[in-house]
Amino acid sequence: MSAARETVLGRVRDALALAPPARTTVPRAYRTGRLLPDEERLGLFTDRLTDYRATVLTCTADGTAAAVGRALADRGARRVGVPAGLDRSWLAGWDGEVFEDSADVPPRDLESLDGVVTGAAAGCAETGTVFLDASPDQGRRALSLVPDLHVCVVDLSTVEAGVPEALARLVTGRPTTLISGPSATSDIELERVEGVHGPRTLVVVVRTDA
Amino acid sequence: MSRAGTPQSTNTFLGMPARPPRVPYGEGNLRGEQAFPRAAAGELRNEQLRRNLGRATGTIRGKRIAVTAELPDWEELRDAGAAIKTDALARLPELLEELERRVTERGGTVHWARDGAEANEIVTRLVRATGSDEVIKVKSMATQEIGLNEHLEQAGITPWETDLAELIVQLGHDRPSHILVPAIHRNRDEIREIFLREIPGVDPGLDAVPEHLAAAARAYLREKFMTTRVAVSGANFGIAETGTLGVVESEGNGRMCLTLPETLITVMGIEKVLPRHQDLEVFLQLLPRSSTGERMNPYTSLWTGVTEGDGPQDFHLVLLDNGRTAALADSVGRQALNCIRCSACLNVCPVYERVGGHAYGSTYPGPIGAVLTPQLAGMHAAADDPNSSLPYASTLCGACYDACPVKIDIPSLLVELRHQKTEETGRSAERLAMRAAAAVMGRPRLWTAAQRTARLGRAVAGRDGTIGRLPRPLSGWSDTRDTPAPPAQTFRDWFASAEGAAALREAAREGERRSADGPAHGDDQQEDQ
Repeated sequence: MSAARETVLGRVRDALALAPPARTTVPRAYRTGRLLPDEERLGLFTDRLTDYRATVLTCTADGTAAAVGRALADRGARRVGVPAGLDRSWLAGWDGEVFEDSADVPPRDLESLDGVVTGAAAGCAETGTVFLDASPDQGRRALSLVPDLHVCVVDLSTVEAGVPEALARLVTGRPTTLISGPSATSDIELERVEGVHGPRTLVVVVRTDA
Repeated sequence: MSRAGTPQSTNTFLGMPARPPRVPYGEGNLRGEQAFPRAAAGELRNEQLRRNLGRATGTIRGKRIAVTAELPDWEELRDAGAAIKTDALARLPELLEELERRVTERGGTVHWARDGAEANEIVTRLVRATGSDEVIKVKSMATQEIGLNEHLEQAGITPWETDLAELIVQLGHDRPSHILVPAIHRNRDEIREIFLREIPGVDPGLDAVPEHLAAAARAYLREKFMTTRVAVSGANFGIAETGTLGVVESEGNGRMCLTLPETLITVMGIEKVLPRHQDLEVFLQLLPRSSTGERMNPYTSLWTGVTEGDGPQDFHLVLLDNGRTAALADSVGRQALNCIRCSACLNVCPVYERVGGHAYGSTYPGPIGAVLTPQLAGMHAAADDPNSSLPYASTLCGACYDACPVKIDIPSLLVELRHQKTEETGRSAERLAMRAAAAVMGRPRLWTAAQRTARLGRAVAGRDGTIGRLPRPLSGWSDTRDTPAPPAQTFRDWFASAEGAAALREAAREGERRSADGPAHGDDQQEDQ
């Protein structure tokens, strides 16, 4: 490979030879493997998401269509995008136009959508985070980014108590996005403003029995 | 010293290990034009800046304390974070090679850069190869450090900063003053004026409400996101085990840059490598809570090479040395490479809070900047190198050590760098003064005489009991500090006076009364029960 590569690696080895580091073992005494009963996880997850100014709706699996329909109708969405692998029955309770995304749709076309509905790979209660890993029901990353409204359906069974438990659910190597509340900035006098470049509205629909 | 001057460093593994070079003098943004005391004196007179900073750092401090207190295992997470970084640095060669292998397997291309100039050339070449004359950028400390924007502009390529604060800095033809909130020195009215002046077609009726200002930035940058074919980012971590890179952000501008363009170029310092995917569970708890005081930042993106049908189909990772190996070669100083750029140390630092980021002259301000900058770029023998003043830009109060999520012992590093500075670059006058002080302090009669002479200082003190300005060479001290006037009487004089003798007698009587009242430490024992 390149001379730069050999030089940089050589310098790293030299540095470590000049000042040999002591052996380090990593203490992992922090909390892992937590199990919380459904009700507590739901309570914590809802509390944290609401704190980030996301909206949380809960429903049973049977009530998904009603909850998603309500989330879209309440915000006046008329045309929404969905990933190809999304369960279409989730949109049965809504009468707007559904646009199915695919890889060859230019991102610009996503701008004309009022919103997007996706599933989720996992959730983390303690931080109020949903994880998207580009599975067929979640689609490519641009889809959940460009439209201004994101309705994200999460199964409570995939919501873990803490960060270590939730990360352990991820399949490594997939494009992954962790979302905690809507897009936000605090760059102007540290005053929090929702929505700069990402979706300004995030609705999380938690399916309590799925 | 130039690279050509140290032939061993290009030939390292064949002979004796050589000390890796620091960033060449005059390159990038790791050195200001003025020494810290002079720069700070100017900033201290800016009352608007001090008000903004005081409010901002106070707010983030409070939020950080609240969310770290929520975690009963916060200290265990800090221990794990510190050990993971230390371990990663100790195994850096194998981890970097593993990262390179994984990224390449997944369709990415890895480049190595010895210094900022080389990284700038690589990025420029990659952008040119796409045919684009503009790039969108995610806020990145590494590219700020090497002055990539200036380099691209010289090459005829326009870099667009997309983080709101970076945009404010860029449109204001300004420099960032904080790692996390680079435009913290600007208030809403100033930002409104910058937007009205610099954003083409902006609504002339734009007011100074943060929400409206953010919306103006959103509208302005949307077009750039949709049309620009190349993006440049930094990385918060690169995972050797999987080849995964991660960017942590809030606004979604990061997601835009990382997913919409055809080509993505990521510039990452070699110290950002983490051994395993599992290590994310530690840093995704430490970083957001320490930096913005949030339980989690709104968006974290993780990507591994290239994924068909999702995101850029051409991915380049530039691994940057730029003085990092020089820091690594110092067994004490290498701790600074554990830094995860959270900025918690800035927000608790009494010095930073008053002078702001610009006084440090470097991309890395505050306590961590005061140790990292001299290690990357050196404190060159020229006595006027501004970097040699940075280890003194501290009260050594230790608040930064307490706040650091990866337990970097910044106060000890500052003291070590002060030592190195006087050893290597100390001026002869400074050494002479120290030797003279040692001689006087070693002789009681001389010391007493010197103290009495010092009382003359009261004659030059103002009404508030402070001395504003001393004659040379003492002006070096007094130019940037108010010196309290010496007391009317030295301790020795007081000790020998009738007043001192009376106070001593009273203290002795008090001691006798106490021992007659009961057993020693009686009070303490009672409290124990």
